Amino acid sequence: MSRRGGMAPAVAALAACALAVGAMLGCAAVGGLDGEAAGGAAGAAGAAGRHGLASVPASAPERVNPFGESPDAVAAGGKLFLRHCAECHGDAGRGGRRGPSLDSRRLRQASPGALFWFLTNGRLAAGMPEWSRLPAARRWQIIAYLQSRDGGWPGARERAGVYSTATTAHR
Amino acid sequence: MFHGVSRRTHRCGGRRRFAWAFGLLAAVLSWPMAGARAQEGPYFVTYGRGLEEPGNLEITLAPVLGEQRGGGDFLAAALELEYGIKAWWTTELYVDGQATAGDGAVLTGFRWEHRVRPLLLEHWIDPVLYVEFEDITEADKTLLEVVGHDVAADHAVPNRIAQGARLRELETKLILSSSLGDWDLSENLIAEKNLAGPPWEFGYAVGLSRPLALAARPGACTLCPENFIAGIEMYGGLGDGRGAGLRDTSHYLAPVLAWDLPGGPALRISPAFGLNAASHRILLRCGISYELSDFGLRRRRRARGGDAE
Repeated sequence: MSRRGGMAPAVAALAACALAVGAMLGCAAVGGLDGEAAGGAAGAAGAAGRHGLASVPASAPERVNPFGESPDAVAAGGKLFLRHCAECHGDAGRGGRRGPSLDSRRLRQASPGALFWFLTNGRLAAGMPEWSRLPAARRWQIIAYLQSRDGGWPGARERAGVYSTATTAHR
Repeated sequence: MFHGVSRRTHRCGGRRRFAWAFGLLAAVLSWPMAGARAQEGPYFVTYGRGLEEPGNLEITLAPVLGEQRGGGDFLAAALELEYGIKAWWTTELYVDGQATAGDGAVLTGFRWEHRVRPLLLEHWIDPVLYVEFEDITEADKTLLEVVGHDVAADHAVPNRIAQGARLRELETKLILSSSLGDWDLSENLIAEKNLAGPPWEFGYAVGLSRPLALAARPGACTLCPENFIAGIEMYGGLGDGRGAGLRDTSHYLAPVLAWDLPGGPALRISPAFGLNAASHRILLRCGISYELSDFGLRRRRRARGGDAE
């Protein structure tokens, strides 16, 4: 730490800081809550665009979920979903205060690899955090859970018992 | 090892200020809103790529207990309020204080930082830009960064003298973060400058960590390995613009362990070992974090006339 005093430069720097932050806040206000609020409980209409799956690179969908349809992975994914995702997307994934519903055709049709890419990268500009902070195995477990959800992918209804158990056990 | 940190601190006026700080913490914690899982990384000094989720406020109290050669041992603490403005932009306010054995307790100032991710997609190495304004005194002992020629002897100065030297500083960091398999590797390059004049001071921090279990168990658990992250961090000074290098600098090596409690809070602990004679022999750090979701968003939505819930 340098040990010198003096007020004028500090005041000037503070003013510059305040101006910069003010400008950034102004930009944020113009942009509004875009991703966060636009989703809300608005339902599935137009969700594909908001989810941003169109930006998934061509090679990503080829990746296969190493857990497949393992009931344990689905249950663990349900636990992780409640822990990390439900805060925005709602406990049932049907939309929350900040995140859109995950019951959209585009999401249902997405491959596990595409979902993994999207979960890893997020969509920062729209408010969706990147989840690379979670180990890859846990991201795959979340995807196993998402793809088992009732009303979603083929075979979901058969796994509904597992899903319900996982959901209620960790609430 | 640590002698009488709390022995005489009770008699000091600083205690009242600490009471105010903790009162403020209690008030914020009792704010009526949903709690969320704290997303704090395992490190105390090193920053990783993780930013706060938009609209979430994370409150952290991170004390550090230090052994002081030639002076009283100290307990310093930072109250950290971290808020996600956007998914790519996080701001954080620190309020620092310390209590030194035989020398009383003082509030030492505040820091206000911003972290921005310039790249919106993951890369093999992810940069985060960091800028912070500090208004602290030389009595600050939180050791949230070690730069320039910061050495342990700086902290032996009595509070009544050190409190008189105010430091208004600009700190910048280039935060680089990578995933090596399931390991997290984060490197910070630090440049700090007293706004009153030169020189720039430099420092570094490096951290490596990994969850104890990669996949989650199907059932709820508290003590299972998936809730723990273990790692190690190293940090120190690199001299200044007048003499960059390792001469008269201090360095620390610190194992870290983080525990995410299923109910929401996260706990961290880290003993840091000084690597040379200019360093404190040992620092003991711990931290508790709690996250509040939707902080401020409801009010903003109400103001727009939208649905609040």
